[in-house]
Amino acid sequence: MLATRAAQALPNAQAFKSSLFKFTKWNTALVFLSLLFSIPLAVVFGSLFFPEYEVWEHLRATVLTDYIANSLALLVGVGFFSLLFGVIPAWMVTMYRFPLSRQLEWALLLPMSMPAYIIAYSYTGALDVAGPFQTMLREFTGWQYRDYWFPEIRSLGGAIAMLSLVLYPYIYLLARAAFIEQSVCVLEVSRTLGCNTVNAFRRVALPLARPAIMVGLSLVLMETLADYGTVQYFGVSAFTTGIFRTWFGLGNSLAAAQLSALLLIFVAVFLYLEKRSRKQARYHHTSNRYSSLMQQKLSKGHGLIALTICAAPMVFGFIIPVSLLINWALDTYSEVLGKDFYLLLFHSLLLAFVTSLLALAIALFMAYSNRNNKSLLNRIMVRFVSMGYAIPGTVIAVGVLIPFAWFDNSLDTLLMENLNISSGLLISGTVFTLVFAYLVRFLAVSINTVEAALVKIKPVMDEVAKTTGMRAGTIVKRIHMPMMRGSLLTALLLVFVDVLKELPATLILRPFNFNTLAVRTYELANEELLADAAVPALAIVMAGIIPVIIISNSISHSRPGHE
Amino acid sequence: MKKLIFFLLVLIQFQLVAAAEVNIYSARKEALIKPLLDQFTTETGIAVNIVTGKADTLLKRLEVEGRNTPADLLLTVDVARLIRAKEKGLFQQIDSDLLNKVIPENYRDDDKQWFGLSLRSRVIIYAPDRVNESDLDSYIDLADKKWANRICVRSSSNVYNQSLVAAMIANYGLEKAERWATGLVNNFARSPKGGDRDQIKAVAAGVCDVALINNYYLAGMLESSQKNEVAAANKIKLFWPNQDGRGAHMNVSGAGILKPAKHKKEAIQLLEFLVSDYAQQWYADTNHEYSINSAIESSSILKSWGKFKADKLNLGLLGKHNTDAVLLMDRVGWK
Repeated sequence: MLATRAAQALPNAQAFKSSLFKFTKWNTALVFLSLLFSIPLAVVFGSLFFPEYEVWEHLRATVLTDYIANSLALLVGVGFFSLLFGVIPAWMVTMYRFPLSRQLEWALLLPMSMPAYIIAYSYTGALDVAGPFQTMLREFTGWQYRDYWFPEIRSLGGAIAMLSLVLYPYIYLLARAAFIEQSVCVLEVSRTLGCNTVNAFRRVALPLARPAIMVGLSLVLMETLADYGTVQYFGVSAFTTGIFRTWFGLGNSLAAAQLSALLLIFVAVFLYLEKRSRKQARYHHTSNRYSSLMQQKLSKGHGLIALTICAAPMVFGFIIPVSLLINWALDTYSEVLGKDFYLLLFHSLLLAFVTSLLALAIALFMAYSNRNNKSLLNRIMVRFVSMGYAIPGTVIAVGVLIPFAWFDNSLDTLLMENLNISSGLLISGTVFTLVFAYLVRFLAVSINTVEAALVKIKPVMDEVAKTTGMRAGTIVKRIHMPMMRGSLLTALLLVFVDVLKELPATLILRPFNFNTLAVRTYELANEELLADAAVPALAIVMAGIIPVIIISNSISHSRPGHE
Repeated sequence: MKKLIFFLLVLIQFQLVAAAEVNIYSARKEALIKPLLDQFTTETGIAVNIVTGKADTLLKRLEVEGRNTPADLLLTVDVARLIRAKEKGLFQQIDSDLLNKVIPENYRDDDKQWFGLSLRSRVIIYAPDRVNESDLDSYIDLADKKWANRICVRSSSNVYNQSLVAAMIANYGLEKAERWATGLVNNFARSPKGGDRDQIKAVAAGVCDVALINNYYLAGMLESSQKNEVAAANKIKLFWPNQDGRGAHMNVSGAGILKPAKHKKEAIQLLEFLVSDYAQQWYADTNHEYSINSAIESSSILKSWGKFKADKLNLGLLGKHNTDAVLLMDRVGWK
């Protein structure tokens, strides 16, 4: 009932504040920041003004249908399975006690540290027709290749499996945080109203967690659209394959940018529909009274079933591929480890650390500006900026290269003409450019996570706090921050791990003699030297695990009232 | 504000100090060139800075960085991208007697803008237990119905396949090349996937009977530290196609010096080092590529494959027909 009241109260407040634009310091800063981070996307959209009819006619007549059909199949498949792997275990580890449930709480996040292209390499190495498993099968049975059926790992189905296995943690993480934050009152009330646990999940907990789950899902789908490594390796002609084929093969970067713009429009429509579908429904915390969550202990039989369901995604998404990698790494680590290797590790960690902090700061700023001033322009700009996640890193990188080099060259010309000094390329080809590109690509992650947390804080709470004489800063510090702590850490973690895994933008934009773990992994794996690639690949995974565990821990303790 | 200007000036000054160095954008993977560059630095004292990446993204970076690009040299692993760079006007003409003397004419640019540094051939491999060597002949022959469901080859997104098709267009004309590609695609044993080593493994595992690969991948597998790679490579044999005709299809890894190069002298020095006997021997021994200098001795694995007739086609034509090749492969459904 409280939920309904809050929902009724809000639209009025929103209508009251709504306007096109208001001039305030905050707003001006917001506009400036949004514009800055929109530049690369604008470059991509700009390509639409220079139509390439011939190429498009060719694409339409030959391969475009294939690209679209495969990408849609990927979206549906990956969306379905990552919801399955994400939401159900999240609910189970939050509500029930069963063998290893405590460990699974954080272990379910582990596949997040695994780049999609690496899991694809490891499964292919093991399960492919020439891999050890099928070779053994043939030797053992005397069968030939055509005598038996074995699922083809490098196929559309395989790509769906690989992407789902490493992307579901986005949904799991946000769903679990949402379940934890739910007030027990709601669940208890639902029980007194006759809901059994399944119904409580379906009719109360799930709808309340929906905004968080949708944020997770849209991140998963955007990442799926932007994936190039996996689909290319598996020979699946998805939309990204098309973008790169058009660029590298046909040498037409303009048409490639137009394909990307098309992808962006698709994402924009999807995000809009998703927002609209829950326009009327607003979800807020209904009460500040939290009591500790009572986890139900499952019987032995049920406990084992729960264990199997929850462990499966983690085993297939992490334990198995990591074991394969370790197996390879044992052969090669002595050649790969060295001073040079620690430098790679240092570069990767530094980039991830700096970018994740910046992304969080920017996301907080944008989310708050949006909350305080719901003008149309604000909302559109923040939405626009958070679309970068769906664009392949290579395309983002080019969108960064063009304006930055233009700026550098113009400055150089200006200085030459007036002072006869050449400034060369000041910012192009520096780490600064690289971090900027990361931000364009990953801001969506932090913005979405922070917004989802902020939206759940009832505006009424602010009003009440104001009547007690608290100032805005104090409200944020004493009321918002404790409530959002888990989500903020989540935002930090997601970007951190994403940057560790990022490859294409790093490849294009990095300065001279500057490599990261992902670059090294790619260079070796691309030469089909999987065994050599295993060591840097493992290092990415390991470097990603530590923050994953720390933050998972802090989310478990983020429940208000929890000691 | 004063501080900011001071900072900027320091930055600019910093850039003006031109030490003896040369800056490379390289599509060749770092591990496959770094040892040579280190040797160059040891010999000359010239520092080498390198960024690796995919050829086309490096081209884009060069294009937008324009006259201020810090890069002096572009290294690629295929001729098509060298020509693309030339067409975009990124290279400058280099007059070096040494380069002209060592590099055969068909492996360097007519306008002296790019130079081939090492050679590789796209060859046929086959499973000797299922294929008679006498049944193999040429690339054209692979479109014959007798190979139905027996051929493996990687995706047409790969530039080595694009260059092969471009060579077919240059040698036989668009129409005949398209008929050939249609037949070839009909003979595929599976939808293209993986790299060249994957095709070797697929033939060894019995997925297909013949495959098209670049020769050095087979050599690399033969001396791999992984037992299964060696085992797979030992199960298959190499066949030199077109020996009664134009010869086996060749490609080069190569380089060109960029127009805005600030270290042109050092860059030429590096190019000349890369065609030196030392460097050419390294290419041959370490990566099993053929030397552009016929006086250099091949690695023992290369030697075991015997002498062969190479297609003398001017490689400039591969770049010219690259786009046509991709369009063609789209039309015939080569994924």
